[in-house]
Amino acid sequence: MKKLINDTADVVSEALVGIGAAHADLLRVDLDKKTIMRADGPIQGKVALISGGGSGHEPMHGGYVGMGMLDAACAGEVFTSPTPDQMEAATKAVDGGAGVLHIVKNYTGDVMNFEMGAELCQAEGIAVEAVVINDDVAVQDSLYTAGRRGVGTTVLAEKLCGAAAERGDDLQAVANLCRKVNDQGRSMGMALTSCTVPAAGKPTFELGPNEMEIGIGIHGEPGRERMELKSAREIVAMMSEAILSDLPFESGDQVIALVNGMGGTPLIELYLIYNELNQICQARGITIARQLVGNYITSLEMAGFSITLLRADEEMLVLWDAPVHTPALRWGV
Amino acid sequence: MISIENLLTWLIALQTTYLENKQYLTDLDAAIGDADHGINMERGFTAVKQKIEATDHNDVGSLLKITAMTLISTVGGASGPLYGTFFLRASTACARKTTLTNAELVNMFDVGLQGVVQRGKARLADKTMIDALTPALEAMTQALENGASLTNILQAGTDAAEHGMQQTIPMLAKKGRASYLGERSIGHQDPGATSSYLMLKTALDVWGNEET
Repeated sequence: MKKLINDTADVVSEALVGIGAAHADLLRVDLDKKTIMRADGPIQGKVALISGGGSGHEPMHGGYVGMGMLDAACAGEVFTSPTPDQMEAATKAVDGGAGVLHIVKNYTGDVMNFEMGAELCQAEGIAVEAVVINDDVAVQDSLYTAGRRGVGTTVLAEKLCGAAAERGDDLQAVANLCRKVNDQGRSMGMALTSCTVPAAGKPTFELGPNEMEIGIGIHGEPGRERMELKSAREIVAMMSEAILSDLPFESGDQVIALVNGMGGTPLIELYLIYNELNQICQARGITIARQLVGNYITSLEMAGFSITLLRADEEMLVLWDAPVHTPALRWGV
Repeated sequence: MISIENLLTWLIALQTTYLENKQYLTDLDAAIGDADHGINMERGFTAVKQKIEATDHNDVGSLLKITAMTLISTVGGASGPLYGTFFLRASTACARKTTLTNAELVNMFDVGLQGVVQRGKARLADKTMIDALTPALEAMTQALENGASLTNILQAGTDAAEHGMQQTIPMLAKKGRASYLGERSIGHQDPGATSSYLMLKTALDVWGNEET
């Protein structure tokens, strides 16, 4: 294993200290509870937003803490959910009296840990709402699976709901917006390589030189299908078909598009992917009204990408354009 | 009869068990999950060991509660809430007790299992830890009713858990991260069922043949 680390046991803590030091104007870090919080919080009268999950997906979620987005992000070990005591502490620390929204990605561990954390806070009279993001079309949503995973739509939900909270929407309204974003967002990912969890020391799975994994999650968990590597055009066509037909997206729709790198894919390839996606959308009469291209929800050093499309109404576009000031997203300020 | 000292011995031995099986459990998890189960269990029980060795214990319930709260705050993933809930419920079944009869011990495991079922919402044959624990509890209850010794009760439970664990290999996962794999989860032994089997096996190893 080749990694720029000191001790595997210290990876998460040392990275947290680093992000705190690099963005001291925006963030403060509670190292004991492995939580990143807005430096200027709690904001009285504003609904607070908390997310969290395993580490290894940077900049998500800590990079999205700041004005117009999250109030706190709880970090677990690499690819491991944070624990209920972290969510409890974060919720109490950021509550400005208007309640707290937990944005949870649909993974068994995350859901159970956030549930326990919310129960602890509700028992003390703090208003907590939770919305579970489950946008990954690669997973069949049925009684026979843990349900669809939460992936790229999470980033878009954090931005849009953060803007809604900032303008003064109440907890119910922000939670409803989050559910709406989740309902209208769809994603799918793929990998060219595996990734290595520092504490595990070896790749989570092996892929041959001419193989790719379609429908990959963000934890190095294998996807649904392994196949021979194809051209970017064929891969994007395959993935966008799965995404577009699922909602389904229709001619005349406006979307916010996220072409996301998994951590080990150069930007030149992501822009090439965006070009393919843009052409497919144009041919179908779908307008990409806003977009992000880059590494926003990663899987350590995995090479690969994911596509997220969110059907957006005018209100969502207004919220998208609203000012945001976080380590990873910044505009309008 | 199981004393507080016996329980301490078991909980401390679990740290050794999960340390020795850290790689094994992580490898099983790499096949159908996210390659961290052994790492998380070892981290959790190392914290439990440190915590319970540093404190005096007057009753079984509070010892198990400390174990539960430590697991909840250190394990993470799905295993944290599941094993945490197991020990939390087990602790309520042993409140203010200083010893456990064989019947009380079996009841402790059973109440813990019911907590896991509630928290995880899994059913038998979903390829989870309850596929090891449910048959184990059936076998232990049966052995108890037959008047078996503690060793024989634990032997029956461990054997049934081991069989249940092996039975997860051909199963299609319906819960947890392995369920994302669909058909590809078939052919792999469930890591959670394996760590549950190890929990019982460790009880047999430390309490068996210690005719109490």
